[in-house]
Amino acid sequence: MSLLTLDALSLRYTPSGAAAVDGLSLSVEPGEVVALLGPSGCGKTTTLRLVAGFERPGAGTLTLDGRVLAGQGAFVPPEQRSVGMVFQDYALFPHLSVLENVTFGLSKLSRREAEDKARAMLTMFGLGEFASRMPHALSGGQQQRVALSRALAPGPRVLLLDEPFSSLDSGLRASTRIEVRRVLKSLGATVVLVTHDQGEAMAFADRLAVMRAGKVEQVGTPESVYSAPRTAFVAYFLGGTNLLPGMGFGGGARTVLGNLPVMGQAKGKVLLSLRPESLRLVPDTDSVAVGGALRAEVLSREFQGPSAEYTVACGGMELVVRGAPESPLRVGDRARLEIVGKAGVLEDSPD
Amino acid sequence: MTRRPPGWLLVSGLVVAALAVLPAVYLGVRAAEADADAWALLWRDKTWGLLWRTLGLAVAVTVCAALVALPLAWLTTRTDLPGRRGWTVLLCVPLAVPTFVSGYVLLATFGTGGVLEEPLSRWGLPVPSVYGFPGALLALTVSTYPYLFLALRAGLLSQDPAWLEGARSLGMSPARAFWKVTAPLLRPAFVSGALLVGLYVLSDFGAVALLQYDAFSRAIYVQYEGAYDRTYAALLGLALVVVTAVVLVLEVRLRGRAGYHRSAKGAARVFTPVSLGKWRLPALLLCGAVVAVGVVLPVGVLVYWGVRGLVGESASMMAPALGSVLASVLGAVASVLGALPLAFLAVRYPGRLTLAMERVSYVGYALPPIVLALSLVFLGVRALPFLYGTLVMLVLAYLVRFLPQAVGTVRSALLQLNPHLAEAAASLGQSPATVFRRVTAPLLRPGLLAGAALVFLTAMKELPATLLLAPIGFETLATRVWGATAEGRFAEAALPALVLMAISALGVGLLVSQEGDAPRG
Repeated sequence: MSLLTLDALSLRYTPSGAAAVDGLSLSVEPGEVVALLGPSGCGKTTTLRLVAGFERPGAGTLTLDGRVLAGQGAFVPPEQRSVGMVFQDYALFPHLSVLENVTFGLSKLSRREAEDKARAMLTMFGLGEFASRMPHALSGGQQQRVALSRALAPGPRVLLLDEPFSSLDSGLRASTRIEVRRVLKSLGATVVLVTHDQGEAMAFADRLAVMRAGKVEQVGTPESVYSAPRTAFVAYFLGGTNLLPGMGFGGGARTVLGNLPVMGQAKGKVLLSLRPESLRLVPDTDSVAVGGALRAEVLSREFQGPSAEYTVACGGMELVVRGAPESPLRVGDRARLEIVGKAGVLEDSPD
Repeated sequence: MTRRPPGWLLVSGLVVAALAVLPAVYLGVRAAEADADAWALLWRDKTWGLLWRTLGLAVAVTVCAALVALPLAWLTTRTDLPGRRGWTVLLCVPLAVPTFVSGYVLLATFGTGGVLEEPLSRWGLPVPSVYGFPGALLALTVSTYPYLFLALRAGLLSQDPAWLEGARSLGMSPARAFWKVTAPLLRPAFVSGALLVGLYVLSDFGAVALLQYDAFSRAIYVQYEGAYDRTYAALLGLALVVVTAVVLVLEVRLRGRAGYHRSAKGAARVFTPVSLGKWRLPALLLCGAVVAVGVVLPVGVLVYWGVRGLVGESASMMAPALGSVLASVLGAVASVLGALPLAFLAVRYPGRLTLAMERVSYVGYALPPIVLALSLVFLGVRALPFLYGTLVMLVLAYLVRFLPQAVGTVRSALLQLNPHLAEAAASLGQSPATVFRRVTAPLLRPGLLAGAALVFLTAMKELPATLLLAPIGFETLATRVWGATAEGRFAEAALPALVLMAISALGVGLLVSQEGDAPRG
């Protein structure tokens, strides 16, 4: 059975305004890390605040471990939910030391037990020697781990993370992410995090819930959502894509680029998603004429380090192609376009 | 729907808001009870005379203050005047002189039994009269020009040098460029500063009462003191409220349209200072003359009489000092405690009702203090006889009068407090009461203390409400200065006046330093 269930939750900030969260449903299994991913304003942080109990849903039911937290006439205040929260700005108490911050939620324990537990938690995050410091004397990464220690110390049933890595330098972000994930997994923590960074979500989470306009658009493992996006929105948001209308005939579809192999089945008029890495550009030497080859002209090139992204004109469309960084192609060059992957069939209408 | 304030908070906020509007509402009730005869009393020539004298004084003071403030503001911002920073500070010092102390200074210098009486009579010269209009004009101009000075300075500093340079490059002489570019751009700053001065004059009691100029507030006091029927005093009070309200509405309207010019912290460039050349000496003389009248004269006169008071016999200052401290501490605590629920509701649960409650707390600003005091006297006599004549009434007056100030400081302290902190504490399993005790209160403490200190320092120099509402035999420094001055015992009034001026300087310093603080993350 799921640990945390959000069932058709809705919230409007003003009675007549648009819904910030609009009939959202999601379930989270014990020990699982779920990322709510979406552009700003899609309601992901509001969803997190509904789970924490800082907002009261207008409709729907929120259940934690079989207990109704909100909905059906019930509302459990945040302090009685056993839900931990790490804020984007960490919200460390500026007047308390690191140790006092972490023992803050351990008031049921004796002072000694609380301090032992807090120290153990800090040690796990590599902060053992910072216990007596004040929060402002810590770096951003250290503050973040104090906030994690503080939220985890009382042993919450669910831990909520609001954009947990967005305030860190990009260099620090990847290493922190790996370490935090390792600690959370070793504790068996159930985690819901919110992020607008698709790379972060795919690297950190066991499952993704891509959100749009207060609703969940698609849920699944990072691999499945990336490789088989259900809608153009999801495809664009996760890694970018090329959209092609086509006519399906089972395992393939006819498009302006010729017959494309598709994942699954395609029938009738369909909209296809073709990832930039499913296309390849080959410099056109003109020495060998290949029958039926696709001709493309390079419109722009953006060097990205491990790869280069090209925009090309082909068949009356503009396509994005990921290429090798050492490729000699430059703006204005002509090239052959090859298709090396399968297209995904989207649920959106092709018109 | 989602953020409903807790009931106890809403109720306490409503109680405070009700207390804040009580005097204004009661004044209205009282006026509504007046019969036709009483209204006939109001519409007689005497009232019109009062109105013209009050408005005339307000206009004259504003004009004089502008004539002083504009050149000073320009000299201290745009020229190479030596010692600009020092002059700026000195020119603001009069903000720290309560108007009844200004009145005292004039009387103790030029009045009957004043410093000049004996030496001048030895030469057979008459002492220039300071009673009535000239005295009131002088005292209030000196007390109020700093408001315009500061507003105009801020306006001048916020202007982009490129505007003036553009005018010069289009062939205008410096003087012409000033009148064509600088001056018109100063209009919003000038209007807001001038209305502030006007409001100050309308609600002033100390200077006009001591210098015996028949403006509304003095007439109200005299009527209250001397007449059996206090209905006329109530109606005069109501008339003054109406006049003040008109000016206040005008101020809010104009400010809204013009926007505030703030001192330009992020200005890209600074003006190249205008070289004064041969005008340097006259400029220094002007600054020196204003400082002489606004700072040197009061301090000199107070010290002169203070020394005479120390040499001769005079009543002990202990009792009034203790009285001032007691009343002001109670007033400060009441104001800050009252401000807490209002500021909390407005900041954390913004909505129509909570914002209206916060606005309502500003009534204390609009009500001239003499009218506020009068209304509370009526209320005490009629409805709350068991409280009338006790310290409670005085503290209530201070609460209403200083609530806006307290709400302002508590509000800005709350706005600096990250709301996530309280949420984090709640998600760590702490009840709302514990969250307040362990997180909110400790973090708000500096802001609350600053607010209380500010109210305390302002309450120390409060005169009209203290005069009307203090229990019998209860004296404060302000009432001591008032009483002794009114009877010509200048030596006795000097020391308490000096102490009040020092306290008031502390308050102005605190206010200025607080406004300069950048909000902390």
